[in-house]
Amino acid sequence: MLERATGAMSALITADSDDSQGFFSWLFTSDGFHAPSITEFYPEALLWEGTIFEFNRITLVRIIAAVALVLIFWLVGSRAKLIPGRMQSALEMVMDFVRVGIVEDVLGKENAKKYAPFLTTLFLAIVFFNITGVIPFLNIAGTSLIGLPIIMAVWVFVMYLWSGIRKHGAGAYFKNSLFPPGIPWPIYLLLTPIEALQVFFLRPFTLALRLTANMMVGHMLLVLTFAATQFFFFEASGALKAAGTLSLVGGLLFTLFEIFVALLQAYVFVMLSTVYISLALEDEH
Amino acid sequence: MNLFTTVLLAETEHGESTYNPIIPANYDILWSTVIFVPLVLLFIFVILPKFQKVLDERADKIEGGIARAEEAQAQAAAALDEYTAQLTEARAEAARIREDARTEASQILADSRDKASTEADRIASTALQQIEAERQQAIVSLRADVGSLASELASRIVGESLADDARQQRIIDTFLDELEAQVAPAETKE
Repeated sequence: MLERATGAMSALITADSDDSQGFFSWLFTSDGFHAPSITEFYPEALLWEGTIFEFNRITLVRIIAAVALVLIFWLVGSRAKLIPGRMQSALEMVMDFVRVGIVEDVLGKENAKKYAPFLTTLFLAIVFFNITGVIPFLNIAGTSLIGLPIIMAVWVFVMYLWSGIRKHGAGAYFKNSLFPPGIPWPIYLLLTPIEALQVFFLRPFTLALRLTANMMVGHMLLVLTFAATQFFFFEASGALKAAGTLSLVGGLLFTLFEIFVALLQAYVFVMLSTVYISLALEDEH
Repeated sequence: MNLFTTVLLAETEHGESTYNPIIPANYDILWSTVIFVPLVLLFIFVILPKFQKVLDERADKIEGGIARAEEAQAQAAAALDEYTAQLTEARAEAARIREDARTEASQILADSRDKASTEADRIASTALQQIEAERQQAIVSLRADVGSLASELASRIVGESLADDARQQRIIDTFLDELEAQVAPAETKE
């Protein structure tokens, strides 16, 4: 799909010298059914291939999403007025949703002040990086490659560890987390390794993996339905052509579903991050 | 998650590639950091404060109005308290002044009563002394008069010829008349 997209771009560029016939004949043909594969997420490098600076399509999509996010909020924020316009109201509603609906709800009003800015940013960033999966020509979620979710999860990980250590002191915090009070000591033989695994590995790992897995699967579904539609419409013959209608409708439904998943996964990521911070701040578990 | 396992299976199908979606590539981590960290910092320190400023301003506008009204009410209540306190104080002051005046008046009354009775006593005692003195004087003069009168009467009785009772009677009467005449002016003098 992405080769097609880049192909489409180059076709668009060369279209004015050639006749546009070539572009449309490319668009409306099919050379066999292309099943989606893992290579979708490892596109050819655009720059500096093979180095640590390798810059590919997914990175470009991430930069576009980040720039869009910053531009929208910067422009609206710079013109923010006491009596908000429609756009400002909408953005304030989103920020309010995170602050009141998630952060204050879990952490309480006092702690929320400290954590709301980061968690709001996290939510917005995840939504924007997720939503690129259904935007034409971008067509891949910035979070579908695990690097970005890992950076987000590590930030959350450091944040809740740091919060716990600052609130209780390192000793008390780790003792509280790894040896929950009020339990007969032999249980610790079983419980402490599990808790350690939870606190130091599973929480950040599952945060990152859940997000990436959902976005990868969503992308696979979309590629599958649209590739099938292309194949059915332009290559298959007879009754099979009609099956293309089915796959196209499926593609549309999955697109809507992906929008929902993009928002839901952002919510889940931020909600869990807030809960982890709340667990670290709690006096006793 | 089922589809995720198909993704993992897809990896094995592409035998020549070693893609593992759980292990991030180094460039992936690098670019993610380069994109995400500035994004968060920009939001936390620049963009969200812009919104926060407006939100605070708005909250101030609303809560400020309420706060100002409350403040005015508190001021009014304080003024009322002050007035009440002043009024109570003034009433107490008036009562005290009245009490003082009453005390003072009774004091004056008692003083003047004392003074008057003292004066009366003094006048009475003076009068008594005077009466006593005059009585003494009268006694002294009477004593002297009675002596001389007695001796005069006796000489007259002896000097006259005591011929008859009639004469004798006349002499006595005359003496008594003279005596009366002497005493009468003394009495009017009193």
